[in-house]
Amino acid sequence: MSEQITLTVNGIQVSVPRGTTVAVAVLLAGAICRHSVTDEPRAPLCGMGVCYECRVKIDDVSHCRGCQTLCEHGMNVRTDD
Amino acid sequence: MTSAGREQFDVIVVGAGPAGIAAATRAAECGARVAVVDDNPALGGQIWRGGAEKAEDMQAREWMNRFQKVGPRLFPGTRVIGQQQSGMLLAEERDVPRTLRYRTLILATGARERFLPFPGWTLPNVMGAGGLQALVKSGLPIHEKRVVVAGSGPLLLAVAAYLRRHGAEIPLICEQTSWTRLAGFGFSLISHPGKIAQGLKLKLGLGFVPFAANCWPLAAQGFDRLESVLVSRNGEKQEIACDYLACGFHLVPNNELAALLGCELRGGFVAVDDFLRTSVPAVYCAGELTGIGGVELAVVEGEIAGLAAAGDESAARALFGNHRKLQKFVSSLARAFAPREELKSLSSPETIVCRCEDVTFARMGGHASSRAAKLHTRCGMGPCQGRVCGPAMEFLFSWEAASVRPPVFPARVASLSGMETELEVESDRTTGGTR
Repeated sequence: MSEQITLTVNGIQVSVPRGTTVAVAVLLAGAICRHSVTDEPRAPLCGMGVCYECRVKIDDVSHCRGCQTLCEHGMNVRTDD
Repeated sequence: MTSAGREQFDVIVVGAGPAGIAAATRAAECGARVAVVDDNPALGGQIWRGGAEKAEDMQAREWMNRFQKVGPRLFPGTRVIGQQQSGMLLAEERDVPRTLRYRTLILATGARERFLPFPGWTLPNVMGAGGLQALVKSGLPIHEKRVVVAGSGPLLLAVAAYLRRHGAEIPLICEQTSWTRLAGFGFSLISHPGKIAQGLKLKLGLGFVPFAANCWPLAAQGFDRLESVLVSRNGEKQEIACDYLACGFHLVPNNELAALLGCELRGGFVAVDDFLRTSVPAVYCAGELTGIGGVELAVVEGEIAGLAAAGDESAARALFGNHRKLQKFVSSLARAFAPREELKSLSSPETIVCRCEDVTFARMGGHASSRAAKLHTRCGMGPCQGRVCGPAMEFLFSWEAASVRPPVFPARVASLSGMETELEVESDRTTGGTR
């Protein structure tokens, strides 16, 4: 079993295997990555850093692409922020 | 402030997919000081995503081990945002700006999926085919999930096979192209196209997975996430309940950086000579950027570009024969998987085409060009900078691609201002006569 990483998504604790991306952690937490300018719920589309649909706030840095960022211990992820 | 140094390399490769890995390895084996810059957290690009440990195919593992042996400097999680002057790339690693100097540059920025809008395609759990595969490789559990795989191109079969190996149920693979076009796709020796699909499916472990040509999504349905997909199959409508729709219409090149550097493009692809030199001196280009041709072609192009960039033209020349042979695949792929006309009329007036700015099909149409539409609606002006809606607009409205401006990716103001400081220092030094 690979090492588990614990982080929070909107204050909820999530544990994922090392190597998991933030975009996946957000999906596993049951959260929606963002709401669009007309308030549609959005989740990852391209999975490779192009579309920006998975952008979230990570440790107070806005507009981070969740799919290109690996989860780290104690990360604080906020969606729609 | 030192922005992690200002480093000088003989060869910088942008992109660490198959072409980039082969280019960097070959150049480093010739003794060049090589750096590789890639946006992803690990080596491998998309098709070899996740580095040597995760690689499921032998060729990937071999190349990645060979790469590691010669040890070019790898900058993962780093993306090039522009070039301040010739020979000087500006990059960003998370929040840290970097300036990287090169004598020779090899662009191996690969391709992305072409997304075409249809009602409901913005719903959560509608993803790219490669997109869903990338997420599964990044830890998304797919066991016992129902995934409809749709769109066009050989990627669909590869993705379906991958997902199935990881426990997904695939109710249907929908390939928009026709059986006739599939038959023309390099398999003309075999008379019955159904047999080809069958053969491919068996080879990929997809024996019991239904595959339909002449089949495409009409609508993704659900309230706040996907519940089912409505497809057109041989002219008839069929609704399929599913957890995910993995949908991409073949691939388009990531040509933005090449365009920014002034490389001549032909039909969206970078024009190159036999040594893979672009129209810009000291800039080479390899892989999907020169034409969508798959991993074998990308590797051989990487090798040629890497050898040529490091000055070993005779070794590069030895690969020309194989290169030419593999290149034939490019046009047959393009022919076989070109999106059909019917896909232009999938959108309703309310269907969103530009997902960043939520610009609908109705608002976008009626303009004369992508530039006019952009000025009036903000389409293509969001964070993806038209990378998703641009190719869709080209197809839907026959518009030319919008021009590329720096920075090629959204960048932090600090990175841009940091770069100016560097430049000032540089020019002071020049006027001061130290260089």
